[in-house]
Amino acid sequence: MLRWIVWRDLILAWRRRSDILSTVFFFVIVVSLFPLGIGPETQLLRSIAPGVVWVAALLASMLSLGRLFANDYQDGTLEQLLLTPQPLFLVVLGKVLAHWIIAELPLVLIAPLVGVQFDLSRQTLWVLFVSLLLGTRILSLIGSVGAALTLGLRGGGVLISILILPLYIPALIFGAGAVEATIIGTSAAPHLYLLGAFAIVSLLFSPWAASAALRISLE
Amino acid sequence: MRGDRRLFRGLDLSLAPGTYVQLIGPNGSGKTSLLRILCRLLEPAEGEIRWDGANIRALGEDYFSAVTYLGHRPGVKDELSALENLTIANALNGVEVETESAFGALQQMGLAGRERLPARFLSEGQRRRVGLARLLVCNTRLWLLDEVLTSLDKGAVGLVRSLIEEHLNRGGIAIVATHQELELSAGVTKRLELTT
Repeated sequence: MLRWIVWRDLILAWRRRSDILSTVFFFVIVVSLFPLGIGPETQLLRSIAPGVVWVAALLASMLSLGRLFANDYQDGTLEQLLLTPQPLFLVVLGKVLAHWIIAELPLVLIAPLVGVQFDLSRQTLWVLFVSLLLGTRILSLIGSVGAALTLGLRGGGVLISILILPLYIPALIFGAGAVEATIIGTSAAPHLYLLGAFAIVSLLFSPWAASAALRISLE
Repeated sequence: MRGDRRLFRGLDLSLAPGTYVQLIGPNGSGKTSLLRILCRLLEPAEGEIRWDGANIRALGEDYFSAVTYLGHRPGVKDELSALENLTIANALNGVEVETESAFGALQQMGLAGRERLPARFLSEGQRRRVGLARLLVCNTRLWLLDEVLTSLDKGAVGLVRSLIEEHLNRGGIAIVATHQELELSAGVTKRLELTT
């Protein structure tokens, strides 16, 4: 069942490729604006790089989260998903997994490339990649709760940012912290472990919370 | 109850297999709410609904394998073709249909030649037909249909009528909110009128 939901969302995303591309372009543009604005001060660029890339990833995921349930809600297919003979958290988990592949994985893959603009070493770019690979799962998982809560509300896009961005703070701190640690020459491992632990915790709680929120939104 | 307003009260009925219930009443009298309560999209303020003697809340997800609900909105994805809509909707309901039988169902609904067309190129009525094609391939016992006859032509209404008749002959139950008389030749027809 999980397979079908992921497959369905991937087909839908492929048929509306512009949505994927707009998120990736947003991420690339935001990250690139900083080196252009600050100029070639490599020391400064290197020290702001982790924060800038991570904040851009958070904002980019805000763009795509609004669509997580909204499209299905509008054409009535979300109701049908709620009426399938399987636990609702599996449906949510499938949609979150698809969202991660569609909206977050492209950012993770392109991050090392845009990171070059900040004069980061190869090892730092690698840690940046790993920290995003772990951390973006948290973004998709926690974001699904916000997307479900703001479903059908006017101005839901702004509301979702207010609700969800504060919950992203731990991911931001440990994610950017891992990259920073590599830059100053200490081990990134503790940060990555904590990021992984946080990802597991959000995997345990988010699908249930999002399912409950969906039921309320669809009443 | 919807907000502070009581839509209906004292509703007590039990349905035997092969029963067709036509749900009528003025706009806003709670037809949709009743259907949504029956498929657990809404919780009743009071009372309970039993299926085969068990409370539907206790049945959990198992209840959904006995129910097909078609709402106001056809539940058809614009980006997917009619065929994909049908097969994916069924796969999610745990019924994997063969491509041939999906083709057959769509042909029977009068969509021959348009099976692979993205649904956004279909007319409103045709999209509804895609949604209704699910009734042909699902094997659920309780059908909850909410105003599914809107924007359908005479031929399609006739099709829906014969679908419901077959369903009743198989021992199914259909609860349909509609203002159109279907005049079925099979099963037992009941009328439930909600007043404001």
